[in-house]
Amino acid sequence: MENEPKPEGIVLTEAQKKRRRERSIAIALALGVLVALFFAVTIVKGPAVLVRPM
Amino acid sequence: MSVVEHHGLDLSPRISEAEVGDYIALLKPRVMSLVIFTALVGLVIAPGHFHPVMAFTSLLCIAVGAGASGALNMWYESDVDALMTRTANRPIPRGRVTRPEALAFALTLAFFSVMTLGILVNWLAGGLLAFTIAFYVVIYTMVLKRWTAQNIVIGGAAGALPPVVAWAAATGSLSVEPLLLFLIIFFWTPPHFWALALFRSDDYARAGIPMLPVVAGPDVTRLQILLYTLVLVAVAVSPWPLGYFDAIYGITSLVLGAGMLVLAFEVYRHREGSLALRATRRLFAFSILYLFGLFATLLLEVVVRAAIPLIW
Repeated sequence: MENEPKPEGIVLTEAQKKRRRERSIAIALALGVLVALFFAVTIVKGPAVLVRPM
Repeated sequence: MSVVEHHGLDLSPRISEAEVGDYIALLKPRVMSLVIFTALVGLVIAPGHFHPVMAFTSLLCIAVGAGASGALNMWYESDVDALMTRTANRPIPRGRVTRPEALAFALTLAFFSVMTLGILVNWLAGGLLAFTIAFYVVIYTMVLKRWTAQNIVIGGAAGALPPVVAWAAATGSLSVEPLLLFLIIFFWTPPHFWALALFRSDDYARAGIPMLPVVAGPDVTRLQILLYTLVLVAVAVSPWPLGYFDAIYGITSLVLGAGMLVLAFEVYRHREGSLALRATRRLFAFSILYLFGLFATLLLEVVVRAAIPLIW
């Protein structure tokens, strides 16, 4: 639409938006793996999870 | 006139163009694969039962720690990386990732890998992983690499530590076996990297990195490669007569070691022309096969030994 106001500030290109989205997904996946890892180790160790050998 | 125009500064925020693949490239995936493999062997030959989830956690942390080291290396070395053909295409010199982005990424990974290994597995392994990252980045990258021709000899210790970290993760202690693995990788590093440096010496000279062929010349490098290969083969065979590893390993080590010695001698003998270039390239390629072969044999021995009672 010709009358649509022009957005202010920095406007990302489609390629930049796509790459930002891909990076965000990668970070989310990495965090998901970290959470799953801590959960799995807690289950495996059971009560021994509280033992912290130096 | 605004401040921006006056000083010629561009204060507009930079929009990152980086793909996920650029961040993966920062981790040096090929180096990481060797680290994972040698660490896997360290885990597998360790005595006692180690739960697969814990083994996976340890390997993941070691791999991420190695990746963080690679990214920190690329952060610090981006100026010389831009000057060398082999490294000019890395994400920072290519302009895909900025130095601060790479630093933040690397430090985050280093922190999480060490803390996760320490909290979930044990602090001996976590501490050793922290030491490995610090040694590679501070001692090798920041101090040795641009200072001495012995850079990769001393710096090689960082690349040799992953099986030791893995053993520590599995057992909570240290022993002779992981130190033998350490010594094998430690003495393997100079012939491997000096073979590469021989046919990339122009690159290193342009970047001002004092690799041995640049500083001492190719003939001295050839002699050093031969001498280090002799020590390497002796060190790699020694666990067999000392009783730490079996005969299958010993014989494999002898056969592969003979191959390394022949190729190192060829590098020493052919000093000019295409024969010299071919000899160095062959030694470089075979050295990867050599290390892989030794560690794969150790892995295979353990797998076969575990499988035999199941079969019978």
